[in-house]
Amino acid sequence: MIGKLVNGIIHGETRSIARAISWIENDVPQKEELIDALFEHTGRAQILGITGPPGSGKSSLLDRIIEQERKRDKKIAVLAIDPSSPFTGGAILGDRLRMQKHTVDAGVFIRSMASRGHLGGVAGATSDSVKVLDAAGFDLIVIETIGVGQTEIEVMNIADLVMLVLVPGLGDEIQALKAGVMEIGDIFVVNKADKEEANRLKAEIEYVLHLKTEDEKGVKNPIFMTSATENTGIEELVNGLHEYMQRMGENGTLRERRRRRVTLELKKIITAKIEAHVHKFLETGNNLDVWIDQILRKKTSPYKLINEKVIQILKELKEK
Amino acid sequence: MSRKIRILISKPGLDGHDRGAKYIARALKDAGYEVIYMGIRQSPEAIVKTAIQEDVDFVGLSLLSGAHNELFPEVVRLLREQGANDVIVFGGGVIPQEDISYLKEQGIEAVFTPGTPIQKVIEFIETNKERVLH
Ligand SMILES: Nc1nc2c(ncn2[C@@H]2O[C@H](COP(=O)(O)OP(=O)(O)OP(=O)(O)O)[C@@H](O)[C@H]2O)c(=O)[nH]1
Ligand SMILES: [Mg+2]
Repeated sequence: MIGKLVNGIIHGETRSIARAISWIENDVPQKEELIDALFEHTGRAQILGITGPPGSGKSSLLDRIIEQERKRDKKIAVLAIDPSSPFTGGAILGDRLRMQKHTVDAGVFIRSMASRGHLGGVAGATSDSVKVLDAAGFDLIVIETIGVGQTEIEVMNIADLVMLVLVPGLGDEIQALKAGVMEIGDIFVVNKADKEEANRLKAEIEYVLHLKTEDEKGVKNPIFMTSATENTGIEELVNGLHEYMQRMGENGTLRERRRRRVTLELKKIITAKIEAHVHKFLETGNNLDVWIDQILRKKTSPYKLINEKVIQILKELKEK
Repeated sequence: MSRKIRILISKPGLDGHDRGAKYIARALKDAGYEVIYMGIRQSPEAIVKTAIQEDVDFVGLSLLSGAHNELFPEVVRLLREQGANDVIVFGGGVIPQEDISYLKEQGIEAVFTPGTPIQKVIEFIETNKERVLH
């Protein structure tokens, strides 16, 4: 079963790709084997993150970017993430509504993803799904995050580069940006440039970026003005993306980021695996209530109790 | 493992009202499903491509009036042609009684006419979802 799926994926077959992403989303037991089998086929695609406040035009802009990239004959995959309701678990996934004209283009694959409770602006399944798309031979993989606040910045751990889409008229927006979100952007876009005050926003971003590069003395972050609805500034943006990507390859940034990505991934897997084993060993599910009662009755204290358990585990490990 | 039911809601054909489809989409979201909303004026080909990319379990087609006898069966036919055999298709709209049995023969498993309580749609999904859990 896995062999067939892997084969379908590396031949770029839509149904296999789509099913594999469902496996990852649903966290099926065969997931890890699948990802491992695909691994040797990954590493070729460019991975772009698009983020920005709700309604800033991320999907509309992406629609235009796809148009440009298709002219250059690139195969493109999109993962568009929308939030799940914390109450019902349901979601309306509507990003692809703005990319309709690419639906029947065989060189474009669009998948909507609900966050399913994952924080950070993407879904828990996003990073592994990128690997599926990479192995399937897409040249460019784009991740559209849910609208950002200041903590939804996980996309920077998944993408090679991140495009931050801002719009004029959001009032205090730039204040929030100073507080942190600016750091996640490599490329800045002032979308809805057809509106008034777009130039002022650009000037403000320039000012904030000036502060940022001053203490890092690193690469300059480009700013682009676009209108997704009027289709202006798009070619410049896409050229800018390519140039930036190339520069990242030449100056070692890309290698560094990919290394960092593997580092984070390994840490995450280690934590998850150890956690699962520990819970199994300690039978946390059965014992948790007992422990809580002990603590509430002051028979023990939280650190003391857990440290005793840890010693128990370490002893077990030594004996093996 | 945590399985979620995914449903595509779309309007084939040319009429431009999507209030009904939007209402259904929201109600299904509130019932805890993941709904991919495609909006109006979709060709059967686009609907099927989307259903496959999104790996949905159900496709809901809404049509106010007109060409349901052609468009609904065409969606089913294209799905099966592309190997998406397990996707369940249902429809809704102003559809005369005599057409409903025809549509069912063509593989549209349920047809909901205006005024059907949303609970009926949810019941339909709940009773059939075991079949698509893979
Ligand atoms: N005037 C103007 N409107 C735009 C532009 N780009 C997008 N819009 C409009 O802004 C609204 C939101 O656009 P989307 O592309 O859905 O924005 P988004 O950032 O993807 O939204 P979420 O995914 O919901 O966060 C739509 O009504 C678009 O038509 C633009 O350049 N100019
Ligand atoms: Mg969007």
